[in-house]
Amino acid sequence: MRGAKSAKWVAIAAVVALGATACGGGGDSGSGDDASRAVNANGVFSYQSNEPQHPIQPANVMETGGGRITDALFSGLVDYNPKTGKLENLVAESIKQDDASHYTIKVKQGWTFHNGEKVTAHSFVDAWNWAADSKNAQQNASWFADIKGYTDVHPEKGDAKTDKMSGLTTPDDYTIKVELASPVPYWTYKLGYSAFYPLPKVFYTNPKKYGQEPIGNGAYKFAKWNHNQDFLVKTYAKYAGPKPKNGGIDFKFYTSAEAAYQDAVSDNLDVLDQVAPTDMAKYHQDLGKRAVDAPQNAIQTVAVAEYAPTIKNLKDHAKFVQGLSMAIDRNTITKTVLAGSREPATGFVPPAVEGYKANACGEACTYNPKKAKQLIQEAGGANASISILYNADGGHKEWVTAVCANITQNTGVKCEGDSKADFKTALDVRTKKKVQSLYRSGWVQDYPLNANFLKDLYGSKAAGNEGGYANKEFDRLSAKADGASSLEESVKLYQDAEAALFKDMPAIPLWYYKTNAGYSKNVKNVTYDTFGKPVFGDVEVFKK
Amino acid sequence: MGRYVARRLLQMIPVFLGTTLLIFLMVYSLPGDPVRALWGDRPADPQAMARLKHEYWLDRPVLEQYWHYVSNVVKGDFGTSFVTGRRVVDVMSEVFPVTIRLALVAFTIEIVVGLTLGLVSGLNRGKIADKFVLLVTLLLVSIPIFVLGFIAQTVFGNQLGWVTPTVQDSNDITQLILPGIVLGSLSFAYVARLSRTSIAENLRADYVRTAVAKGLPRRRVIGVHLMRNSLIPVVTFLGTDLGALMAGAIVTEGIFNVHGIGNTLYRSINQSDNTTVVGIVTVLVLVYLVSSLLVDLLYAVLDPRIRYV
Repeated sequence: MRGAKSAKWVAIAAVVALGATACGGGGDSGSGDDASRAVNANGVFSYQSNEPQHPIQPANVMETGGGRITDALFSGLVDYNPKTGKLENLVAESIKQDDASHYTIKVKQGWTFHNGEKVTAHSFVDAWNWAADSKNAQQNASWFADIKGYTDVHPEKGDAKTDKMSGLTTPDDYTIKVELASPVPYWTYKLGYSAFYPLPKVFYTNPKKYGQEPIGNGAYKFAKWNHNQDFLVKTYAKYAGPKPKNGGIDFKFYTSAEAAYQDAVSDNLDVLDQVAPTDMAKYHQDLGKRAVDAPQNAIQTVAVAEYAPTIKNLKDHAKFVQGLSMAIDRNTITKTVLAGSREPATGFVPPAVEGYKANACGEACTYNPKKAKQLIQEAGGANASISILYNADGGHKEWVTAVCANITQNTGVKCEGDSKADFKTALDVRTKKKVQSLYRSGWVQDYPLNANFLKDLYGSKAAGNEGGYANKEFDRLSAKADGASSLEESVKLYQDAEAALFKDMPAIPLWYYKTNAGYSKNVKNVTYDTFGKPVFGDVEVFKK
Repeated sequence: MGRYVARRLLQMIPVFLGTTLLIFLMVYSLPGDPVRALWGDRPADPQAMARLKHEYWLDRPVLEQYWHYVSNVVKGDFGTSFVTGRRVVDVMSEVFPVTIRLALVAFTIEIVVGLTLGLVSGLNRGKIADKFVLLVTLLLVSIPIFVLGFIAQTVFGNQLGWVTPTVQDSNDITQLILPGIVLGSLSFAYVARLSRTSIAENLRADYVRTAVAKGLPRRRVIGVHLMRNSLIPVVTFLGTDLGALMAGAIVTEGIFNVHGIGNTLYRSINQSDNTTVVGIVTVLVLVYLVSSLLVDLLYAVLDPRIRYV
């Protein structure tokens, strides 16, 4: 039995070894001697990213991977203040609103592309015309739909009649005159979006080649793109805007957020984009003062499929949805299930958005199980059974289960998650209008203005309105807001439109997103804007 | 022999056609519209969608798409991905070398460590060394690879700091050693067990007894007579395993952020990037076919009695 005995010892040793590795860990929290460390103005920091889906050309970039890189390489006419989200001029000297459909934009002189070409009014207008042209099949083409003549270059069917929008003219090299097809008092807010970035002449000669080695007009210029590895940009010495405090950014591609987190904790990656759900509970502990927890302008909702029989056949469907909404304990779910990574929603517009109205949803978004049950009964839905459609690849399962548990427990309505394997499958069900009753929906701002969270999602003719919601009052109020003569007035009128939504609730607002991120010991001064993007230019790199 | 090789090579053609067609049909029948998914939550532009679909043949019937694809592959053109706009050949030439290196590291460890352990425990059947090897291999076989990966990452990367938790440069082979060990650990456990059994069995065979009786030195008995005969099942396993290592790198590459085929395949499947998926899998099928052919040819080297007809 000698062998058996020693085998036992080996087994014990192995178990101990495994246990030790599993329970170990813990790290230091934040270093206190930041002030005494010298900063290297030419230091390059690495940043968590992923391989861009498309070649880099502004009008075709929609996802985060390419979007962040595009934002580093280009500067638009305007930019949003990273803290307040307010609009600020960047390449624009001034933007004059003659009325809600006529704008005069003066472009600053002295700006150049990275190849030395001057940035003029034409750099913008030509880029916009090219992007809107249907034959170029740009994903962001619809951003130019406000401009007069868009339907000529991008008709619904058939080929474009011309390749220039009649609403865009350039009286001189540094002036752009814009005429919109119909009044949009907040049009300037859209100008900060990446689709409106300018392009140099060299782009048009070979867009394919350009997409691999982009030339922008931003604070950083293209250095190297190692596909599947990283994308390196260096500070552009002749940049006419505020100069970055670092020497460049190395966008390192990670296929999993967990791997990026591991690297950040061990100082092999400098700036995180977003902490993975699995690491959410411990990132404050691991990173200490270097953990970031900032508001982000994005919202998670559960939208109602108005066409679904379960919803359509109810006696009072508004009361039913309000009842469901009141049955959800947002505070507890965001704290426990979501580990504090979200903020309970009190309306359809997140707080850092221009036009945010505190507690817009009021009673309907406040946890009240008693009233919830009463409303459901009044609505004739006590025996209803509903489901929430979601995609299993996005980390939604846990909260959908929790929300459903709340609903069933508090109102007696049967509720279960309707899981689809991935986002595109769930999307397919949505676009084909085959949702059983409710579906998970989310919205990240295109620009920090309340109209973006309202009109594009709940207007009865809005393309983003997949639930088939129609509310005449909302349509009337948003039309009125679009007809307003000034931005401020429009923002106010959109607040009224938002209020109209809560009467019958096209969706249940759940929570606002947060940027949960952090940075390594090699950098300081890392802050995030309302898009969840680090303010690249502010990051300072310590001397090694 | 020559005829055998020729016949085997010819057999590859229907296998190649069959697998690519199957993959094509499977990817095609996945629910959801990959082109629509490019827009995410935002409304899609029907015009741009139609143009993309037409440009990349996605609006044709699946068999037509397949024929178009295969006839191009024969010419060496694996097509262009509608998601990334990049030629699949370019993508593959970036990611295959990385995974081949990773697989080779794993493969080397598998052969060296696996065979050594198998030999040690087979020769000492029932003794401590044998029990120890059995226990270690049992442990390795029963731990899922992702658990092993995370343990290795935490211990060697975060706690001991011997390596960076993830691979910083996928083209640097020295950084691939740890992921290679993790990737190869399951297989070397199998190799150890396989070779242990066949060595222990052959140890009692007549020819070994004869060799010993002839008074041959122990090294020659083990090295030439015993090992050579015991290697046949092991070589079979190793041959098929080379392909499995490359395909099975998905988990390991994910944990250590190695930018090889595993990662690319995973991302491409997620994005319904059909051209990239089919391209990579096609090459993987070829790797399997070639390595199993090599295995069959190796048999004759190991055991001259085996003939090819």
